[in-house]
Amino acid sequence: MRKNGSPAEEGTAFLNARLIDPASGKDEPGGLLVKGDVIADLGGHLRRNAPDRAKVVDCKGHVLCPGLIDMQVFTGEPGQEHRETLKTASHAAAAGGVTTMVVMPDTEPVIDQVALVDFIQRRARDNAVVNVHVMAAMTRGLKGQDMTEIGLMKRAGAIAFTNGKASVANTRVMRNVLLYAKDFGALIVHHTEDPHLTEGTVMNSGEVATRLGLPGVNKAAETIVLERDVRLVEITGGRYHASGLTCAESIAVIRSAKARKLPVTCGVSINHLTLNENDIGPYRTFFRVKPPLRSEDDRTAMVRALAAGDVDVIVSSHDPQDADTKRHPFAEAADGAIGLETLLAAALRLYHNGEIGLMPLLKAMTINPAKLLGLACGRLEKNAPADLVLVDLGQPWVVDKALLKARSKNSPFDESKMQGRVLQTMVAGSTVYQYAGADRT
Amino acid sequence: MATSIAHTAFARRHLLTCEGLTAGEINALLDLADKAAESNRQVIKKRDVLRGRTLINLFFEASTRTQSSFELAGKRLGADVMNMNVATSSVSKGETLIDTAMTLNAMRPDILVVRHHAAGAVELLAQKVDCAVINAGDGAHQHPTQALLDALTIRRAKGRVSGLTVAICGDILHSRVARSNINLLNTLGALVRVVAPSTLLPAEVKRLGVEVFTDMNEGLDGADIVMMLRLQRERMQGSYVPSTREYFHFFGLDHEKLARAKPDALIMHPGPMNRGVEIASTIADHSRSVIRDQVEMGVAVRMAVLEAMARLLPNH
Repeated sequence: MRKNGSPAEEGTAFLNARLIDPASGKDEPGGLLVKGDVIADLGGHLRRNAPDRAKVVDCKGHVLCPGLIDMQVFTGEPGQEHRETLKTASHAAAAGGVTTMVVMPDTEPVIDQVALVDFIQRRARDNAVVNVHVMAAMTRGLKGQDMTEIGLMKRAGAIAFTNGKASVANTRVMRNVLLYAKDFGALIVHHTEDPHLTEGTVMNSGEVATRLGLPGVNKAAETIVLERDVRLVEITGGRYHASGLTCAESIAVIRSAKARKLPVTCGVSINHLTLNENDIGPYRTFFRVKPPLRSEDDRTAMVRALAAGDVDVIVSSHDPQDADTKRHPFAEAADGAIGLETLLAAALRLYHNGEIGLMPLLKAMTINPAKLLGLACGRLEKNAPADLVLVDLGQPWVVDKALLKARSKNSPFDESKMQGRVLQTMVAGSTVYQYAGADRT
Repeated sequence: MATSIAHTAFARRHLLTCEGLTAGEINALLDLADKAAESNRQVIKKRDVLRGRTLINLFFEASTRTQSSFELAGKRLGADVMNMNVATSSVSKGETLIDTAMTLNAMRPDILVVRHHAAGAVELLAQKVDCAVINAGDGAHQHPTQALLDALTIRRAKGRVSGLTVAICGDILHSRVARSNINLLNTLGALVRVVAPSTLLPAEVKRLGVEVFTDMNEGLDGADIVMMLRLQRERMQGSYVPSTREYFHFFGLDHEKLARAKPDALIMHPGPMNRGVEIASTIADHSRSVIRDQVEMGVAVRMAVLEAMARLLPNH
């Protein structure tokens, strides 16, 4: 998966940096030396002085932290390459400071067998500029009926198993998947939305949906499935991660599961941390996502849950859709918003607004997903992979879809003002993105 | 009537929703519609307000009443009217709404009257075309000319709208007629109630400014206007109501329930009616039923809307 064997035998020295390592909680001035594809050294002693012959990058006091890990990325490869390929998604990731992305199996065909896991890995190795891992389907065709070859796919490299954008309605299937996956130590990642309650709905239920005349779904559709799943974890002991929660009621379920020491974790998408149902306004389809955007109260509850550590992971839920799926009346448009390139900048909104500290924010995009997925990246320490991102926290910019690297342009943040810019992204010791200073401000 | 309220001329490029219309604008349209209603009762009904103008009826959803009402309104004002039944043409060949709109736009119509099964579709289309657009119903969202014709019917029968208690009964959840009427009647100062089983009430409907009832007898108590909505039979499948028999028993308008309303209460229905489902046959033909007046006022209101919008068309 890693490209460009590093030419820098002498290494690259990042001097005058603000080193932030969410794994250790350290936030201090210093420097970092990269040799080959790993971090060779770091600390205060490297703040001003580089070893001889190392290439020097003056960080000018900006933040140097582990590259982000995004464990929910949809691409169009295979099957819908006109929306996004592994290559285009990886360039979008690099521009957003994401050095590891986990791609979802919701493709055509569905990634539900060993040969397809292998296909994605080979395509990524040959075309992607960031680390790519495969999250494979846990039921054939994501239909929620027949279990896939979880053991063989895990051996082939699948990092976790999921039913993609659909919840498994059949409780017995869900129980068996959790039970079986446990024997392989495989992580089950589940989208929690009751399919019957959700059927035919296009947004959150409430006053906004009622005014717009759109069929809405109550957020209980999420908590109902989550509660069932937690019961199943209790009787099976399987490792379980709820992929994208959206409300306080669900967080209460997670908190109680964690208090009982169950192997349960959860994520939230950047959309649900920074947007709410009012953003839909006059039927803006770029704000149609799954699960749907909730109320402002729900959004703030999720931010608080993140700050409290109840939410483990932030994902972009990058989901490229193009004109033929989005230029429709709201009820007929597809779900999904792109988010790789704006993930960090949107997350920094929460920091700049004083809603959350920098450290818990970065943890949820670095060390937490790394631990969950068993990855060596996501931390600043000696011999860890040199997956790094250099960020100017204060730099203002305006999102311009024409400048986005993603192939599809369905960004809910188009024309939004951001504060915080990725200046440089490094994957395994190679620079894969360098800010060229071409933003609109 | 309503002399204290300023009658600001309706001056909008499109008519897409009742939300945000002012009482002044509404009353100005209703005044204009009163005049149209008179001229519609003359032998010679035709005028030339829209002479040389092209009106396209673009219906993505089948409609008899609304489409013919707009057609007649356009023709009585002298427009060239074309009916496009899109349900049977290019859409079935896979063309998107926006492409259909752009194609029609290239034919340079002056006014597009659009009905679509998806909420917000007419607004989306209005953003893409150069001509004036009238929403003739978009999903469960809005049907502004229906609310205007209902208000006109009420105003002509009762002399006012303000202060009247209006009970809107039936499938509120899926009804654009209900949403439009809630907005418009509230703006005109009526007291609006909605009456339905809980399965047919949208979430947070109270926030639209209505009193909510799930018992028909309570909901009709002392009402000046009883506005019945059509129950779409396909709602039976979604387990919204168990049967038409049970629905009629609890929510169908019969003499007994009607007796709870004021003795001079008006009976309204936007049509088409399901006799014996939401309304007893004898009630539909009751002396206090103004259902046929609603149809007549429909043409008048649509003429008023077209006339008001024609004033804003380029080169008028």
